[in-house]
Amino acid sequence: MDAPAPRSKAEISGGAHTKREHDSAHKHVTGSADYIDDMPEPAGTLHGYLGLSDRAHAKITSLDLDAVRSADGVIAVLTAEDVPGANDISPSGRNDEPVLATGKVLFHGQPLFAVIAESRDQARRAAKRAIISYEDLPHAIDVRAAMDAGYRMVTEPMKLARGDVDAGLAAAPLRLKGDMRIGGQDHFYLEGHIAMAIPGEDDEVTVWSSTQHPSEVQHMVANALGTVSNAVTVQVRRMGGGFGGKETQSNQFAAIAAIAAKKLNRAVKLRPDRDDDMIITGKRHDFVVDYDVGYDETGRIHALDACFAARCGFSSDLSGPVTDRALFHADNCYFYENVRLVSKPMMTNTVSNTAFRGFGGPQGMLGGERVIEEIAYALGRDPLEIRKVNFYGGPGRDVTPYHQTVEDNIIERIVDDLETSSEYQTRRAEIIAFNQTSPVVRRGIALTPVKFGISFTATWFNQAGALVHVYQDGSIHLNHGGTEMGQGLNTKVAQVLAEEFQVDLDTIRITATTTGKVPNTSATAASSGTDLNGMAAANAAQQIKTRLIAFAAEKFHIPEDQVVFEPNHVRVGNELMPFGDFIKLAYLERVQLSAAGFYKTPDIHWDRASGKGRPFYYYAYGAAVSEVSIDTLTGEYQVDRVDVLHDAGRSLNPALDIGQIEGGFVQGMGWLTTEELWWDDKGRLRTHAPSTYKIPLASDRPKIFNVKLAEWAENRELTIRRSKAVGEPPFMLPISVLEALGMAVASIADYQVSPRLDAPATPERVLMAVERLKALAADDETSRI
Amino acid sequence: MAQSHRTFIRFLLNDRPVELSGFAPDLSLLDWLRINQRLTGTKEGCAEGDCGACTVLVGRLDNGILTYETINACIRFVGSLDATHVVTIEHLNRPDGALSAVQQAMVDNHGSQCGFCTPGIVASLHGLWLSDPEPTEADIERALQGNLCRCTGYEPIVKAAVAAAKTIPSEDNDRLVAGYATTIATLTDFADGARVTIDSERGTTFLPADVDDLADIYDANPDATIVAGSTDVGLWVTKHMREIAPVIFIGHLAGLQQISFDETGVTLGAGVSYTAARGALIAAFPQMAEIWDRIGGEQVRNMGTVGGNIANGSPIGDTPPPLIALDASVTLRKGKARRTLPLEAFFIEYGKQDRQQGEFVESIAIPALDEDAFFAVYKISKRRDEDISALCAAFHVTTDAQGLVVSARLAFGGMAGTPKRAPTAEAALIGQPWSWDTIQIARAALAEDFQPLSDWRASADYRMLSAQNLMIRFFLETCGAPVRIERHPALAEA
Repeated sequence: MDAPAPRSKAEISGGAHTKREHDSAHKHVTGSADYIDDMPEPAGTLHGYLGLSDRAHAKITSLDLDAVRSADGVIAVLTAEDVPGANDISPSGRNDEPVLATGKVLFHGQPLFAVIAESRDQARRAAKRAIISYEDLPHAIDVRAAMDAGYRMVTEPMKLARGDVDAGLAAAPLRLKGDMRIGGQDHFYLEGHIAMAIPGEDDEVTVWSSTQHPSEVQHMVANALGTVSNAVTVQVRRMGGGFGGKETQSNQFAAIAAIAAKKLNRAVKLRPDRDDDMIITGKRHDFVVDYDVGYDETGRIHALDACFAARCGFSSDLSGPVTDRALFHADNCYFYENVRLVSKPMMTNTVSNTAFRGFGGPQGMLGGERVIEEIAYALGRDPLEIRKVNFYGGPGRDVTPYHQTVEDNIIERIVDDLETSSEYQTRRAEIIAFNQTSPVVRRGIALTPVKFGISFTATWFNQAGALVHVYQDGSIHLNHGGTEMGQGLNTKVAQVLAEEFQVDLDTIRITATTTGKVPNTSATAASSGTDLNGMAAANAAQQIKTRLIAFAAEKFHIPEDQVVFEPNHVRVGNELMPFGDFIKLAYLERVQLSAAGFYKTPDIHWDRASGKGRPFYYYAYGAAVSEVSIDTLTGEYQVDRVDVLHDAGRSLNPALDIGQIEGGFVQGMGWLTTEELWWDDKGRLRTHAPSTYKIPLASDRPKIFNVKLAEWAENRELTIRRSKAVGEPPFMLPISVLEALGMAVASIADYQVSPRLDAPATPERVLMAVERLKALAADDETSRI
Repeated sequence: MAQSHRTFIRFLLNDRPVELSGFAPDLSLLDWLRINQRLTGTKEGCAEGDCGACTVLVGRLDNGILTYETINACIRFVGSLDATHVVTIEHLNRPDGALSAVQQAMVDNHGSQCGFCTPGIVASLHGLWLSDPEPTEADIERALQGNLCRCTGYEPIVKAAVAAAKTIPSEDNDRLVAGYATTIATLTDFADGARVTIDSERGTTFLPADVDDLADIYDANPDATIVAGSTDVGLWVTKHMREIAPVIFIGHLAGLQQISFDETGVTLGAGVSYTAARGALIAAFPQMAEIWDRIGGEQVRNMGTVGGNIANGSPIGDTPPPLIALDASVTLRKGKARRTLPLEAFFIEYGKQDRQQGEFVESIAIPALDEDAFFAVYKISKRRDEDISALCAAFHVTTDAQGLVVSARLAFGGMAGTPKRAPTAEAALIGQPWSWDTIQIARAALAEDFQPLSDWRASADYRMLSAQNLMIRFFLETCGAPVRIERHPALAEA
């Protein structure tokens, strides 16, 4: 022990703040990453398929399933009567969402029965043989129709208020009103929904579910089976995309598969076809925003009164918190001196809308940005100037409509940096000059900011668990409550653990998320996955390290501070032991090498009734400059260039974070441009497949795409290694695309008229906006003569 | 009757030969791979040939040359694979088991997130890597048109394609190159020119020995479904669960794959794929480039045929409007009898074509353009690439020495129940000077010719307005004015 200890390698491989590939990247590219449909099926596995309503709103007068039962290969047909427990999968606890409909159907495509057959093809063909009679009832498909028909709201609306909005509006030198329609969005995860239920002894069942929320699936399955949670194990290794579409929407498939599996005592797999998946499952909420704003000649907002009405569909699902979050983000980066924001979560005869990346935040923020745009065109100014005039500032201008003080504001620095690096001003001047002489093609540019609140607004969801085992050979097994859907959560959490133990990343293995290992988890949602689970994993590691340090100090008779975890080694006094050797020693000395970690976000609270509190632990910021060209003859367009500067705090993995930003941007751009949900007058969704519902392609991505992290950023709160959540915030950066399209349109009337381009800005909407401005410009011309 | 007869098909699956009989005519390659073979690397994303998660490579011999093309396994029927080499993601790594150039570049550039689209993306990029040593960004985007990714925003995938191109395919780094000679020998052996008949509980599959044999089989089975590329019929099965038996596959018939191109024009056999037609067609009609690479994705263009696009009579097919504007004719055959009619006469009304029972489309002839004729094709869709037309317009105008319009053929898709000309607008042009004023009159006249529908692709108003505005675009372009947005302008001119 007297000889000087050898030095360990300077750094571990794959620690925190390093660029590492996704832990499954190698398996993804070789096709060896297993999704649920790829798993070997237990012997005798049966396959389910759902029979759907073909009415938007009707009484079921008869449901004749004889022909279904007699079809080839059919083993059983299940209806609501076969649900042994509660016929309810309502995540809001409002008991408004049946596993299978009974009595009445409330939207076109609502599941009525399930066929279980020897093959999926047989089940699917059999499901078409049902003879169903209905008595039609009047239906309302969109927000306005629902209001006109006097439909109820699916959940309590929310109001956020501060100051005196009526007085503020009355006293403001200038005032304008308008409305905006904001379309919904299908998640279009590439892997559709799937569940495979395997019956166990007694009332036990294991369900492999493509879900972002295993604990909720566990609860729903138990409830539908009429048993308790300890009988149900829910597992998921990975999903082929989720984006919020698998937060609550997995419940139905899992519950039906489990009911069938228990009834027939055989494994049952349920996977809808893509079209049915898109018809059966909820989407991003469409909104209609009505706004009334008072402002002055500088563009500063004195008062804002706005209503955010949403198409929620037939049940509450998550529409309450989604519409709440719309209000929480209607301010974006702007201080409203007097403000009143109300939500109207309207029931409609459509599929029940649900979580989708941003969770209402994007719609709220877009409404707020529309107001800025309106003021800018009314004043004949660059919208960026209006933004700057209204940014949150110091005391007196730092309180949100929900009475949380914005303490970590960095938006001015982000915007200033980006304005300079993107040469915004020069390019804007060039574009205005170009438009003056270009008869058909017009261009536009816009810089828009993002401030996004991080935390579940349901405060109790802000908790997480992790389970860490260190085996005798020094290899480490990690489980946590989060689910992997492509975001690289497992990679980041493993990096955190590697950093804690100071071992190379490949020392750590993460396996499927299961309710059997980490209980009572929250959905992997609200961008919270790494913040919560990373902290829980770190906590587990710290518990084990504490035991190891105590053991080593005692065994080697040294102070605890002389036991140090160094890269792939542990320094014990003067001796440097390989990590594996040290662990083996600890095992032989009977040290517990497993720990369950836990974390809960501190300092947050929210009182919905009063509309006051601190719902968010911190904010993530970002900004984007987008430049576009439009064809004023057809409305066709392209995105020529995008520059992004985004705040991921001290990024845990800059490569994965950039991936989230680029991917979120293009997904958000799709929402605002080509992705259009279209219902016919019978209430049928007609855009329910990629042939009719158009998400962006490689050739739609920005032609020039510069994405940077704000290297200087650091979370002022004690988050996991001072990083910030990055899943949702970038989704709102492409509001700049919509606004750049608006500017190109506005060039028609010399930027004096607000383009009022609603979303999605399909080529058709762009052309119609061009036509509207052409007509106004012509009228203006005529009136001058 | 064909000289020899088989009751099984045979093809190569990755590194081994397969013989199959007794299968259903509508068995898809994807189901067979995933369910029967447990090769689960290939994914089902949409089952309609739009997302590309099921992309695999299919190698076939064309005049002794082995080419690998990407296809959608979800809508490709197993029966059509006789004498081909099916290559799945499980066979795309290097012979030594290491990651291929494409796979490694995808990992290095963080080209996968959820990973579900990734095997299909790797297959598409592998096809590009094999066929194009120096792909431009436009080439890469074209190769990826049939692959949706919802996670990455594509930026890292395009970077991966660029990076992969730095490695040249060789016997050491690619199984397909390494096996090239033996694959050619095997496929040559497999392609014995026999008629193949497969009987199953779900009906019969026919693979005619040649075009004459096709005529015989169809004459004897006039209720059969003729399947060329299956990019439409595939969806009858996957989406509508229609019974299509008996089925006659024609994609393999060399006699329907003839392309002739000379100063009189272009003639395409009914089995020529969009990909195969591309070279000759764009050489003869450079303006067709505008729409050709926007029909489906690369996988669909590798499978789908011009003949099929015509025969199915869709009002929104992309090839009929330009072909009608060019005054193409179609030759139909029944038994030994043939007849030829102008393409515009073939489309009678929605869902009804001038095709007798037992009659099939054999070829399409497109006369060459006059040197000084004005011709253009435009497509309007919600998304630029891999989308179905809201509207397709093709304009073909000739003028005399005085600049007066001599002939005008204005053909539209998406404006009526069939692809159709605009007689009133055409009449407004004839005899008039080719001028801004004339175009304004013809533009207004178009409203007399069509009452388009509103649907999820476009409203009636938008269809009419943009159709009218495309006439302005056409006029401006004939005057040499640049009026369009081009994503890759330098390349479009090249």
